Amino acid sequence: MRRYSAFAIAREAARYHQGWERAWRAPEPKKKYDVIIIGAGGHGLATAYYLGKNHGITNVAIIEKGWLGGGNTGRNTTIIRSNYLQDPSAAIYEKARSLYETMSQDLNYNVMFSPRGVIMLAQTEHEVRGYKRTAHANALQGVKTEFISPTRVKEIVPIINLDGPRYPVLGGLWQARGGTARHDAVAWGYARACSDMGMDVIQKCEVTGIRNEGGKVVGVTTTKGEIDCDKLGMVVAGHCGDLARMAGFRLPVESVPLQALVTEPIKPCMDCVVMANTVHGYMSQSDKGEMVIGGGTDGHNAFTQRGSFHHAEETVRALIETFPMVARLKMLRQWGGIVDVTGDRSPILSKTPVENIFINCGWGTGGFKAIPGSGFGFAELMATGHSPLTEAFNLDRFKEGRFIDESVAAGVAH
Amino acid sequence: MLILTCPCCGVAGEETEFAAGGEAHLKRFGPGSDDDQFHDYLFMKENPKGVHLERWRHANGCGKWFLAARNTVTMEVYGTYAAQTYEPPKEIKDKISAKVPGWSWREFS
Repeated sequence: MRRYSAFAIAREAARYHQGWERAWRAPEPKKKYDVIIIGAGGHGLATAYYLGKNHGITNVAIIEKGWLGGGNTGRNTTIIRSNYLQDPSAAIYEKARSLYETMSQDLNYNVMFSPRGVIMLAQTEHEVRGYKRTAHANALQGVKTEFISPTRVKEIVPIINLDGPRYPVLGGLWQARGGTARHDAVAWGYARACSDMGMDVIQKCEVTGIRNEGGKVVGVTTTKGEIDCDKLGMVVAGHCGDLARMAGFRLPVESVPLQALVTEPIKPCMDCVVMANTVHGYMSQSDKGEMVIGGGTDGHNAFTQRGSFHHAEETVRALIETFPMVARLKMLRQWGGIVDVTGDRSPILSKTPVENIFINCGWGTGGFKAIPGSGFGFAELMATGHSPLTEAFNLDRFKEGRFIDESVAAGVAH
Repeated sequence: MLILTCPCCGVAGEETEFAAGGEAHLKRFGPGSDDDQFHDYLFMKENPKGVHLERWRHANGCGKWFLAARNTVTMEVYGTYAAQTYEPPKEIKDKISAKVPGWSWREFS
């Protein structure tokens, strides 16, 4: 792999950019791999990357029914934060956030991580108490956050309206090291690094069946033929229920659309991420100038990647109260992604009833921020059978009542 | 937009009139059931890519609960029916079978 650098740009500029090589190969599947990862989104590719980097397993295929990073990795609002209440969540999300800080150097691919800061607005007395509690919990977990006053909120976000008629801003939970990153670049960077390690990223290859023998996985059937494997990782977000059915078990997951939208681009007006969980909206400004707005999930199960219109309306209604200046902006694009929601709104990274099948799902409405941490922990789980990062997120927790109850802390904008 | 017809009051309304209430025809397990049954009842919801039977409430209307058969991929509504039933009426099942041959739902199809 030719490294990207300032020198490389100069070199290519001098020869009409003829020397750039493909960022990743497009191979046909081999007969057998040590590990197959289903799903070439951020989490799947990160898992493959850390299998190679940390555990030396490089005979890996990442198979994807669509295109690389074309699912929820390309459909989120790119927010990165780790201000969670419960210890297991704080551990994995903080791991992810810290890996994002060095990701561009690590992958030699600019993922444009921008630690611009994240504010979660407290707009009710309950939220004030809740976020103060989270700030204290974060102090114990070693995650740097603070509860800030409305005056400080106004300093950080001058365009905010503190005295909304319905939901005045009473304070906020501020994580200065949170921020955003370029979502596609995260998938592309990992794919390039995986391909460089000799792994096969196989796109447009849909899994149609999973072959088990004696309670143990032996391979998958795909639209490009049968592929054998020793271990199988399923990392397919909203479609994990389908794959689990093929493998012969069920998952405590429901799939719902979550939508987001962007406005027309405007000049820089907000240099951090603001989340307003009471009113179901969150907003940041992209480098292109678009206001990136995330909303709530539909109340009913669906696989439409569209979302109900009234949820977008609800979000926008709430945001123009908090940010009056966005009221005159036109909406540029709107889309939905299928998120997999579990009973306690926390993810599942676990072994499954079928030996050597591992599942990474249930990230629900907040998976992007976790990509490197999830990949790091899940790779360790797949390689060694145990990971301290993923231990609490196993499938048995629902039966045993050991929930990781984050919905109280994170609400809709999880 | 999703349009449902409430079988209780007969009004056809947009999605905003209704509140989704999750999976229909759940068999309830309470005191006396074992851990597996209780776990399955609480968490192992049907999550099909296709025909979904679900509860809805006509929240901004007559306020009553009813059930609906809907496709989670095409968003087609096959019909709505009374909540006081153990499975969908035959005409709705036939309609689903015509559109989605071989569909299934827990113990009946």
